[in-house]
Formats: sequence, structure tokens, C-alpha cells
Amino acid sequence: MKRYSDMEFLRLSKWQKFLYKLVSFLVGIPLGIGRFFKKIGIAVKNGVLRVVSELKDIGVTFVHGDWKTKVSYVVMGFGNIARGQVLRGLLFLLFEAVFIFYMVTTGGYWLSKLGTLGTQGPESVYDPIYDTNTTVYHDNSFKILLYGVLTIFFIVAFIYTWWVNVRQNKLAEQIIKSGKKLKSGKDDLKSLVDDQFHKTLLALPMVGILVFTVLPIVFMVLVAFTNYDGSHNGYSNALFTWVGLKNFSTLFSWSSAGSTQSMSATFGEILVWTLMWAFFATFTNYFLGMGVAMAINKKGIRLKKMWRTILVMTVAIPQFISLLYVSKMFAADGLINQMLLSLGWIKQALPFWTDPTWARITVIIINIWIGIPYLMLITTGILMNIPADLYESAKIDGANAWQQFHKITLPYMLFITGPYLLTSFTGNMNNFNVIYLLTGGGPTNAAASGAAGTVGHTDLLITWLFKITTGSDSQYYLAAVVGIMVFVVVAIISLVVYNVLPSIKNEEDYQ
Amino acid sequence: MKNEKRHMGLKATNRLSNTAIYILLVVISVVWLLPFVFILLQSFRVESTWQVGYVIPQQWGFDNYIRLWNSDFKRWYLNTLIIALFSAVLVTVIQLCMSYTLSRFRFKMRGPLMRFMLILGMFPGMLTMIILYRVLADLGLTQANAVPGLILVGVASSGMGYYVSKGFFDTIPKSLDEAARVDGATRFQVLYKIILPLAKPIVIYTILTAFMGPWGDFVFARYVAMGTSAGYNVAVGMYSWLTNDQINSWYTTFCAGGVMVALPVTILFLCLQKYYVEGVTGGAVKG
Repeated sequence: MKRYSDMEFLRLSKWQKFLYKLVSFLVGIPLGIGRFFKKIGIAVKNGVLRVVSELKDIGVTFVHGDWKTKVSYVVMGFGNIARGQVLRGLLFLLFEAVFIFYMVTTGGYWLSKLGTLGTQGPESVYDPIYDTNTTVYHDNSFKILLYGVLTIFFIVAFIYTWWVNVRQNKLAEQIIKSGKKLKSGKDDLKSLVDDQFHKTLLALPMVGILVFTVLPIVFMVLVAFTNYDGSHNGYSNALFTWVGLKNFSTLFSWSSAGSTQSMSATFGEILVWTLMWAFFATFTNYFLGMGVAMAINKKGIRLKKMWRTILVMTVAIPQFISLLYVSKMFAADGLINQMLLSLGWIKQALPFWTDPTWARITVIIINIWIGIPYLMLITTGILMNIPADLYESAKIDGANAWQQFHKITLPYMLFITGPYLLTSFTGNMNNFNVIYLLTGGGPTNAAASGAAGTVGHTDLLITWLFKITTGSDSQYYLAAVVGIMVFVVVAIISLVVYNVLPSIKNEEDYQ
Repeated sequence: MKNEKRHMGLKATNRLSNTAIYILLVVISVVWLLPFVFILLQSFRVESTWQVGYVIPQQWGFDNYIRLWNSDFKRWYLNTLIIALFSAVLVTVIQLCMSYTLSRFRFKMRGPLMRFMLILGMFPGMLTMIILYRVLADLGLTQANAVPGLILVGVASSGMGYYVSKGFFDTIPKSLDEAARVDGATRFQVLYKIILPLAKPIVIYTILTAFMGPWGDFVFARYVAMGTSAGYNVAVGMYSWLTNDQINSWYTTFCAGGVMVALPVTILFLCLQKYYVEGVTGGAVKG
């Protein structure tokens, strides 16, 4: 492909410019992917080098360190205590004690079972006293997986703490050698509201995220490689175990069973609709919301505050009320159809929720109703920030309203709201409430519904995931695979957009 | 003369377009408010089946409200209120800690941490529902005891939603912090004495959104309650009234419930609207 210099580019006609941009973007994709993998490669290499040098450093510290340091390799915090930093030392020691206690009492057990997820399922045992069969439970795959992951987290945390402990000894020796004083426990406490204040502030939120977000996600990603479902719940009926990549090949299989189409066809259909939905939901809201904001902002329009308040009020009303109500309004025997029928405008009820195409369009239109007030709020503030002299000079040059919008407002808005558009797109991909409360995913897509439960024409990946989870078979493993696929799609879109959008450059530029 | 004519023309087109905008705004207002007016009207309808084919009740009365407060709705309302109040306090504390730190401090792990949370956020939250349910079940916090469970999960994972308030903190000039630091203030004093007063809009915004969120919380709440009415919140409970076999007897009661839920939240929202707008425009976009 021919590369143009800036001067040559400016001389091109509008269409040539567009074509040039498009082609260079398409050409850039493989290059970008290449760069991405190269970046990963470099990061891995740097990581390995870093680990090697740290390991070397640990060895060197041991050889050159004094006896206090050497003891600290086994008894964490000993060096700190011996050098007068009692508080730090005790914390290290306490952590080590807790870790060893945990590993000996339970951690080791979970870890040893992690490879198989348990070997002995529940069994029926004859009870001679009551002359009945009672079920005796043994291993619990769910707990083994959960606590196994937790134990690995704990081990990683321990290794990190141990390394910090070694490094502190090294630093302490250096400080003492240079004749300075070490920080006392009182200094440590003081620094927690000063130099180290960020640690204090982050401690609680990070624990929450670690336990209630990271751990569950790791767990569910691992579930995608097991056969965990309603009939293998890991405890009361049967154990579940590792199955490798089988579930992924199930999702991407091309074989169809009976009247049901293949899994990959269903997945493809839902994915395409999810992307279509996210696109329309994001951009209709964006442009119409901006339009409403501009209409209210226009010079000479009175009662600006009242118009805004009317719209903003609808943001406050919980979505489930408005969505459920509107969903019933559009039903075959709902308010709208009944009114139209009694007016004689239509002969039979409009198929808002029963025809696939009607349902999809209705969902998008109702989503506009839901979304415009919020977008109006966001864009109003930005629109007012556009420097007024830009418009003044445009007017002097004779630009009409459309030109002003096209050349000033739109580029400015797109630049500022680029990141917002991305998050809103991915948010819409996972917009469970709107779809589930309006249609419940329906109307049913007969060809796609099968073993994994019913699938509808307005189902997004996320509502499909929910249906698989709560369906009669509870195929958790399949839900986990779908969840991973959602992640992959969102990640790819985000990566592409991040590399194309101009406004996500340096975060510091904004401050 | 010629100039004047052109001026008149401009004025006329301006008036025309303004009229068009007024018409548009009136239509929009009507379309946006109509469903809520319908809900309000139908909540006073005494004839209680679903399909009646008209909006204005033939017989007015408070029957639906009386029925509402005699049903399980009382319990659901209380549940939701408790969750909303707790999360308004705890979620606000957690999110502000998170966003303030990530906006103001430059520590070694900051970049990796933010990237890590960005990636975490790409996983659908629904994925973790199954395991969170099992964990809550082990702790005995499901079904009738769903309320503390929902508070725990909601608060614990709220740190991920720091973007809006971080965007707001980013707009407060850093030179303020630096000046105070030069004068010998500790980091804590900077936060407490300088930043927090300036961040009033975002604090109120966070409280407001944290309070409003639980009123619409549906999926996870439904999963955790597992069909036990005592553990429902309003969204889950009222959803059960609109299923095909319930809708004919509960439709108007649903409308009354909708009014009872929407009214306090909307009034609160309108009172604090100013801060909400400042929070959204200051934080949401840059996020």
C-alpha cells in the first residue's frame, strides 16, 4: 500500500481520504496484532529476567547478610525484631505462623485433592439399626476447587511476603551501615496516614474485590474445564472433575441433534444479535440524547430547567418498574394493542413480542426511551463546555447549522466521549435488565432451543448464560464457557478501540 | 434595507425552528411521562383485572394500596430499604477510598492495578453468580436471610465501580494538595480538610446511586432468595406478580407498588438532582 505524506493526503478528495483511512486501518490490524503479541513477548521476557535477578539477589543477600538476616530466611520477621522494628517483625511472624497452621490443618488437604477434585462420591450405605439405606457423603468437589484456589492465592501471598521480608532485611542492613536510624513502629503507624496512606485506603476495597470478584472469576474460569452441572454438583449427587477443553469443543461443535441446530450456529446467532443490539442501543441513545440536549440548550428556548427535570425524573424511577410496565403495555393483549384495536386502526394485535423482527426493533426503541434522559444529562455538560467562539467564527464564515454540528460539535463530542462510548457499548452487550425484563429473551427460537434450555430471538449472550445457569440441566460448565467468550469478545473490541481512538492517550493529559 | 430584510428572515427561521423544538419537547415530555402517569392512574383503579382497554379508572379507590400493605410487600419494602441504607454508607466509603487513591497517589502498583481491574471488569458479573450463591448458602445467608448476603456481596465488589468518582477527583487541581503538603499537612489531612469539602457533589452522587441501585437489583437478588418470599426485595417480589398466572389478580397492585417504590426515590433524586448532574458531567465522561 502506498503511504501518503501529510501534504499529499490533504490534497486527496473526501472519498479518497476516507478510503485511505479505511485501508490503512485494515492494513494496520495484522500489524497491530503483531505488535500486541510482541508486547506480550517483551513483557514475559522482562518478567522472567526480573524474577531471575530477584532470585539472584535473594541468594546474594543470604551469603553476604549477617546472622540476623540469615535467620529471617526461616523465621520471618526475626531480623526486624532483632533490629528493633518489633511491630513489623511481629506482623511477619504472625503471618508465617498463620500460614503454616493453615497449610498443615486444611490447606494441604485441599491442595492435594485439587488435581482430581475428589475421588470418592456419595454412596448409599445400609444402616442395620434402622434397616434403611442412608447416603454417606465424602469428597466435595465444589469445596475442593474453591478452597484449592484460595490456598494457591494464599501461597502466592506468602511467597510475596517472604520476599518482602528478605528485602527489608537487606535494606535494614544498608541503612544501619550508612549510620541512619531505622523506622520505629510508631513511624510505621504514622506513615499509614501519610506516605503510605494509599495502602490504608486500598486495603478494605481490595480485600473485597479479591474475595468477591477475583476468586469467583478464577473459580468460574476453571469450571469451564470441568463437568460441573446440575447432575454433577460435586457433593450430593455426583462429583465433578476436570474434562480439559471438551466444553469449548461442545460450544463450537457443528453437529446438530434432531430438530436442534448445532451449538456453534446458536452461539453465532446470539453473538451477532448481541453485537447488533449493542451497536444500535449505544448509538441511537448517543445521537438522540445529544439531539435532545442540543434542542434544550438552543438559545431562545425557555424553561430549560423544566424540560431537563421532566426527563431526569425518569432516571430516578427504578428500571424494573418502567421496564416491566412497558413490557406489559406492548403485549399482545396489552394497553397499546387494545387501544389501537378499539380505535379501529388495526384489525389484529401487532406482534410486538411474538415476531422476532418486531421484538428486536421494539426492544431497541424502548431502550431509547430508557437511555435518552441519561445521555441528555451527560452531553448537556459537555456541549456547554465547547468554546463559544468556535461557533461565532463559524457563523461569520457562513456555516449553517448542519455544518456547525458536523464540523465542530460532533468531532468535539466524539473526542471527549470516546471512552464513554466504549464502556457504554460493552455495557450494552451485557445489558441483562433491559432484555430480560422486556422480553425474557423471547420469542422462542425453536431451532436453537434444545438441551441447554430455551433460546429466544432477543437473547443476548448474557441472558443466554443466565438461562443456561438456571435451566433445568444447570449446565454451569457451559455457562462458564459462554462467560469466557463474552470476555474474549469484549476484550477484542476494547483492544481495537483503544488502539484507534485518539482520546484515550495519556491519562495525565486530562488532569 | 437589504440587510434588514435578511435580518428579518433569520429571525423568522429562528422562530420557526424554535417552534419546532417546542413541539418536539412537548411530544418527548408526553411520551416520557405517559407510562408513569398510566401507572399512577391504574394504581387507583378498583376493577382489578389486567386487560380493561382504558387508562382512566371507572371506579377510583385505595383498594390496591390497602391490599399492597397487607401483602408480603411490606417485608420486601423493608428488605430493600435496609439494603439501600447499608449500601449507601458502605459502598460510598469503599468507592471513594478507591477512586481518591487511584486519582491522587502515584505508587508503583497503580498502573498494573488499574489495568487488572479493567480486565476483571470485562468478565460478565453474572458469571460469578453461581459460586457467590453457593458461598452465601454455606454462610447461611440465602433465602430468608438474603438481606445480609446481598449487602455483603454488593458492598464487597463495589470497589470496581470507581471510574465515575475518579474522573471527578481528577478534575480537582493537584496544586491544592501540593500546597497543603508543603505546609506540612499529612495525606490524611489533605483528604479530610481539602479534598472532601470540594468533592461534595461526587460524594452525594455516590451516596445517591448507591442508595438507588438496590431498588432495581433484580437478577442476583432473585437467585439468592431462591423463591423464599421473606428474602425478596421489591424488584423480585413485584416481578412475581406479573407472571402469566398472577397478572390478572395482581396487576393493579403492581402499579400501586410501583408508585410506592418510585415516589420516595424520585423525590430524593429531585432534591439532590443538582449534585447528580454535577457528578455525571464531572466524572462519568472522563472516567
